[in-house]
Amino acid sequence: MIERRSKETLNALLFFSLALLLVFQFALGPDRERLASVLPGLLWLGFILSGVLGLGRAFLVERENDCWEALLLAPGDKSAIYLGKLVSSLALMALVEALMLGLFVVFFNVELGPALPGLALVIGLGTVGIAAVGTLFAAMTAQVRARELLFPVLLLPVLVPVLLGTVKATEALLLQEPLAAVAHWLKLLVAADVVYLAVGLLTFDVILEG
Amino acid sequence: MAAVPLIRVVGLVRVFGAQRVLDGVDLDIAAGEAVALLGPNGAGKTTLLKIVATLLRPTRGTATVAGHDCVRDAESARAVLGVVGHGAHVYEDLTARENLAFWARLNGRPVGGDTLTDALADVDLDRHADARVRTFSAGMRRRLALARLGLTNPRVLLLDEPFAGLDQRARKWLEGRLEAFKAGGGALLMATHSFGRELGISDRLAILAGGRVTLDTPRAGLESQDVQRLYAAYTEEVS
Repeated sequence: MIERRSKETLNALLFFSLALLLVFQFALGPDRERLASVLPGLLWLGFILSGVLGLGRAFLVERENDCWEALLLAPGDKSAIYLGKLVSSLALMALVEALMLGLFVVFFNVELGPALPGLALVIGLGTVGIAAVGTLFAAMTAQVRARELLFPVLLLPVLVPVLLGTVKATEALLLQEPLAAVAHWLKLLVAADVVYLAVGLLTFDVILEG
Repeated sequence: MAAVPLIRVVGLVRVFGAQRVLDGVDLDIAAGEAVALLGPNGAGKTTLLKIVATLLRPTRGTATVAGHDCVRDAESARAVLGVVGHGAHVYEDLTARENLAFWARLNGRPVGGDTLTDALADVDLDRHADARVRTFSAGMRRRLALARLGLTNPRVLLLDEPFAGLDQRARKWLEGRLEAFKAGGGALLMATHSFGRELGISDRLAILAGGRVTLDTPRAGLESQDVQRLYAAYTEEVS
């Protein structure tokens, strides 16, 4: 609700995404062959960078007026707070990613066509993985002074399986390969999501308590 | 057999780096009793409150609330605690009503009917119920923080400078609420620098200096100048 009202993070992410796409466009030029080979990586680089920016702010609002303490003092299962933050981060990321994907199609003249449903599945699975572990690490680093530096440094290495699975699956789908051809990458993404979600739910209480 | 105090602090030590902020604090507060915790800046008043509030772990010693250990059984302790600290625990971009509703849901309290309106009216904020907290003055934020206490029934209240920033009307309201809370059998611990209204509702004064409670005395019969004299004597003695 706070983000819906202030739109601070959303506006920043939209401008960031646009700037990123312009930079990619100028750097790569109109060479279609070169574009085809780097496009999946670029797309996910955009998703990851905007995700890191958005997730890094997920708990900043709790620092204002000691709201963190109020969360801590609330009786009951703290994993509900993790789930709430995760859902709001997912909604924000999905919005930015949908817009970024649309701009990618326009900027780079990409033909998504029949690959779109499969691509949506890969993006969905990848986003859940990024948000699940990102929300956890955002909580972990929210009370640390060097959080802006520490957050991506901790997050990015842990996201390697998600990056690998999403980039490889996106590459194959953009080459119009069937979804069955990327089943092994999808399994990797599902496994990563399950592990990240389970770790998030089980450890959030400890992280919140500090 | 004497009843177990609602707040019991035994041999509490808290060290931050090389600094020993609390150095063996002992304090008991019984049901229906209010204690004003006085002390100079950096004496450890907020640290002590945070440990009893389960927000900070002690280095050594124990703190219990209604018999629940504040470290090992923090969840049970939180269920009987009401805390208003330095921060108002409010979200700037939510309205007063939304803040209260969020807090009530977080604590499993009902938000239906006139519950929220009544709680806001209680602190004279009903006219500002739908205004964003960002537009509130410090005193209004404080009143909103205090309105939360009207939604729950804590047995133990921990207040850090409870009267700070409040206007005369709000001070009078708070005084009445705290008196009623005491009369209902609640235990109250207030950290303060002020020798004003806090002392009026206190049954005991505890002076914290040098990491220890240097004086713990009944307030009855003490005038404001007596308190100032004691404060000077028991804080200067340590420094």
